[in-house]
Amino acid sequence: MKAYLSVFRLRFINGLQYRAAAFAGIATQFFWGIMHIMIYEAFYENATGTLPISLKQVIAYIWLQQAFLVFIALWIRDNEIINLITSGNIAYEFCRPCSIYGFWFAKLTAQRLSGAMLRCFPILVVAFLFPEPYKMTLPDSATAFLLFIVSLFLGLMVLVSISMLVYISMFITMLPTGSMVIATTIGDFFSGMIIPIPFMPQWLQKIAYFLPFRLAADMPFRVYTGHIPPNQALEGIFTQLIWLGVLVLSGRIAMKKVQKRVVVQGG
Amino acid sequence: MKLYFKYMSILLKAQMQYRFSFWLLSFGQLFLPLSVFAGVYFLFERFGNIKGWNFFEVALCFGVINMAFSITECFVRGFDLFSNLVVSGDFDRILLRPRSTFIQVLGSQFEFTRVGRLLQSIMVLVWAATNLSIKWTLFKVITLILMVISGIFIFTGIFILAATLCFWTIQGLEVANIFTYGGKEMAQYPLSIYKKWIARFFTFIIPFGCVNYLPLMYILDKAHQNEYLYMLTPLMGIVFIVPCLVIWEIGVKRYRSTGS
Repeated sequence: MKAYLSVFRLRFINGLQYRAAAFAGIATQFFWGIMHIMIYEAFYENATGTLPISLKQVIAYIWLQQAFLVFIALWIRDNEIINLITSGNIAYEFCRPCSIYGFWFAKLTAQRLSGAMLRCFPILVVAFLFPEPYKMTLPDSATAFLLFIVSLFLGLMVLVSISMLVYISMFITMLPTGSMVIATTIGDFFSGMIIPIPFMPQWLQKIAYFLPFRLAADMPFRVYTGHIPPNQALEGIFTQLIWLGVLVLSGRIAMKKVQKRVVVQGG
Repeated sequence: MKLYFKYMSILLKAQMQYRFSFWLLSFGQLFLPLSVFAGVYFLFERFGNIKGWNFFEVALCFGVINMAFSITECFVRGFDLFSNLVVSGDFDRILLRPRSTFIQVLGSQFEFTRVGRLLQSIMVLVWAATNLSIKWTLFKVITLILMVISGIFIFTGIFILAATLCFWTIQGLEVANIFTYGGKEMAQYPLSIYKKWIARFFTFIIPFGCVNYLPLMYILDKAHQNEYLYMLTPLMGIVFIVPCLVIWEIGVKRYRSTGS
């Protein structure tokens, strides 16, 4: 456990070095956020009938999405791991006296955490200072905020365990691109990155609730806005824990399986 | 021009060496805009219209912009990846050759897998065009084609500008994405739904308005006077590339090798 923690710490510090890149990213994300808010604003302007979520909640949702993009985007991939697998240098990883699963898990979590740390505070602070209607709103209540933090971190771990499965599948396909693009597109759609899940039609919502993707983004954000009340949030956290267990366990088993059939072709 | 096609055929052959990966990636490329489009569809299912524009009108806009963008990404990829040339110092070699830098950088990369995206945008365009309750005339079809061409010119211009920035900064800049990917994302909806200042910026500085909003008014019979003026606005978008090329030439003159 200590080894994994130090991997985590090293990667975390390493990630904090890329400050210039982070600031460029922040500018892009502001643009993205404002643009999407304007689109929703225009939609809400002459909306009729009851809507599943209020404009204020959508705006907070969008800003959280931008602030924690690095936490929740499945398409962010670690080229180091991909290169290890495709080049055969994976052999060195096998020599380490700790499990690859834990090692990579710690590494990926640290990378996402440091990336988000650099970006989330400036984005959130400025978003709070924006004029209406682009202003970010405070969490619904203190409990909601607490539950949001807990579910956000659990969501991050769920997401990392999903991405671990994608990397493991690369041992078999050897192709980092095609299948990954399809998988991440579907994942991003069902995590509410494209449109918040309440906007989806009923049948699609059922699919989204069945899959684990929304636990990383849609669920914590809606807990923050109060769209998901605290008692349901607790249920959600419970679901997160179950999924996390299932995903980590299946990841470990899959890793053992592929480890047995890895052929390193010299080089 | 001959040289350009030569570059193109060589790179196509190279990419075709990994045939399975090529088709898989092309297929994968089809999904990303498809999921975005599905998002737009579901929002319209919920809200009905956006500031008076209905679903098929927006879909037409979406199709035009995505078509222009995917074609641009396929052919102007060299400028998109230009920072690599500068960082590695390979741009020096290009300068030594007795051909224009523009053609050489343009020919340094092609991304043929974007064919998946192109296919998707064509499908959206045809679907929207056949479902709109307007009468298609020859002039309208010409305007539509002009819109796509104009879009390609604008995106090319932005990619060139972003590449030119590398002469000063050496690295690629993520900020440029605001205008390339951000511009695409934004122009998927008619510009009139945004706030005035944004719409103005994207009409007079970067002429996206000449591609999606103004000519759409003509096609959808929303313009009641000076119809031909609306019809000809896409030509303004094509003109946009001229200052971009001038700035590129200034950048090339200013270039100092990284020495590596």
